[in-house]
Amino acid sequence: MSNAAAIRPGRPALPEWVRRLPEYLMIWVPLLLSAAHLVSFSLWTIWISFTPSTLVPVTGWVGLRNYSAVAASRNWQIAFDNLLLFGSAFVLLSLVTGLALAILLDQRIRGENLLRSVFLYPLAVSFVVTGTVWSWLLNPGLGIQKLVHDLGWTSFKFDWLIDRDMAIWTIVIAAIWQSSGFAMALFLAGLRSVDTDIIKAAQIDGAGPFRIYRRIILPSLWPITITVVVIQLQFAISTFDLVRALTNGGPGIATQLPALVVYDLMFQRSLLGRGAAAAVLMLLILLAVLLPYAAWRYVQRRRAAHA
Amino acid sequence: MRERTFAPSRILIYLIVLLIAAAWLAPLAVVVLNSLRSNEEIAQGSMIGWPQHWAWSNYLAAWSGFCVAETCAGIRPYMLNSALVTIPATIFSTLLGAIAGYAVSLWRFRGDTWIYGIVTLGLFLPQQMRLLPWTIVLRDIGLINTLAGLVLIHTIQGLSFTTLFCRNYYVAIPHELIRAARIDGAGFFRIFWRIILPLSPPILIVTVIWQFTHIWNEFLYGVTFTSGQQQPVTAALIALSAAVADIPQHGVQSAAVIIAALPTLLIYLLGGKYFVRGLTAGAVK
Repeated sequence: MSNAAAIRPGRPALPEWVRRLPEYLMIWVPLLLSAAHLVSFSLWTIWISFTPSTLVPVTGWVGLRNYSAVAASRNWQIAFDNLLLFGSAFVLLSLVTGLALAILLDQRIRGENLLRSVFLYPLAVSFVVTGTVWSWLLNPGLGIQKLVHDLGWTSFKFDWLIDRDMAIWTIVIAAIWQSSGFAMALFLAGLRSVDTDIIKAAQIDGAGPFRIYRRIILPSLWPITITVVVIQLQFAISTFDLVRALTNGGPGIATQLPALVVYDLMFQRSLLGRGAAAAVLMLLILLAVLLPYAAWRYVQRRRAAHA
Repeated sequence: MRERTFAPSRILIYLIVLLIAAAWLAPLAVVVLNSLRSNEEIAQGSMIGWPQHWAWSNYLAAWSGFCVAETCAGIRPYMLNSALVTIPATIFSTLLGAIAGYAVSLWRFRGDTWIYGIVTLGLFLPQQMRLLPWTIVLRDIGLINTLAGLVLIHTIQGLSFTTLFCRNYYVAIPHELIRAARIDGAGFFRIFWRIILPLSPPILIVTVIWQFTHIWNEFLYGVTFTSGQQQPVTAALIALSAAVADIPQHGVQSAAVIIAALPTLLIYLLGGKYFVRGLTAGAVK
């Protein structure tokens, strides 16, 4: 009989761990669910990618057969080439657009808040909506080309959406419209955090605005630039909804991207093993971007710690 | 003071900024105008034009009239689906993320950095790596093609974001505050309710806005794990454009697009500042 029970009859003392059970549950259950599903689901998908699974997951081992089948398929090859083109063009152009917008907004102009909202609002809208709207604007029979024709310039041609070679650029256009505001927001934060004393000192030394930007402000934006590149590349690699709504991979399979190939293999052709292999390939592409970034961050942190 | 207002370079800057802003607003303007034009009017001209007769009926048709497959209930049921998924998933993932963020940053327990590291992996892993396992798990627990299944997925997957947001915010709270409360005998939950939660509104607003926007706009899970009447509005919009491909109804479709985008646009208008904060959280650090 413990003292507590003697003092408060009718309420026996609970063992420590029982008393703290709700606390343990609240700490561990959500975190464990989140961590465990990430690890186990990833391993699960990797495992399926080595099995001969088609309609349902089955046990077995086929080595790299699914991978070679995916890599040899025209669908994947086009998707991979498209990803290289789309990824580099989108990242580069959204970087340039974002930086240009940030520099323009940094000139102490009136209505800055309103303009910033205008450049950012597409980010609040789903890719499905963005893709649908751009598919109308870029459709030669409905959108910009039709408008210009109706205005009298009938030789005007802007039919990238149905042009096999140019269709991928329509996705670049929509993606830039959607997400260069994000680059702008980050760059603007970076521009505002440049030490004003250094700028003033440069002004006293007679440096003009161009020189100040080129020599002082832009070099200080490197860390932000790398962050923006990595985040935008990550977005490019997983692009799915935008293409689904804008071109649905077409015309033909001209705008195919890895994320669409995965979905197609898994849920439309019921080739689970191959779909899983394609998903793992997507992960590998992503790691090719993220691992150098992680290494760079690590070196930066070490340097900051030693400084 | 230098005279700035009429300098040619200033005028050029304003001109460029306004032009880009117009280009950025144009798609929205086009959809809004189209949602008010009749299908005949659009068919005769292009998607870009001023309404001759204001066809407000498009909104009624989009909301509760048009047909996808055999059902003619507009996008109302799908909007309801999206709300029934987004609201609970946002609340659950935010609350659990706040507790988890508090636990890993202030309460501390054995293995906290490890488990936190694994949870944040969820920010980077492509969704495609988890599609098959989720399909199998949802089928086994009987939640495939249900809204509850989507709530479960968004809650668990959202924890990566919400835990990160809250943890980054809570690390700035002085540890002495927690230590003093612990000495006074306050437990895990009392400290959370009495100290952490009252300090949390700024980060909770960011997290709620971020999660709401994210979950509302999500498409891949919606289209993979649900079908027909159970789909969220993003998936229904794609189904709608496929359904009306034969007889184009761009006016009604535009109205549907506007209605579907309205909740997140409103949140963006009301909480723009917090939206940007959520956007840049973690990215600038």
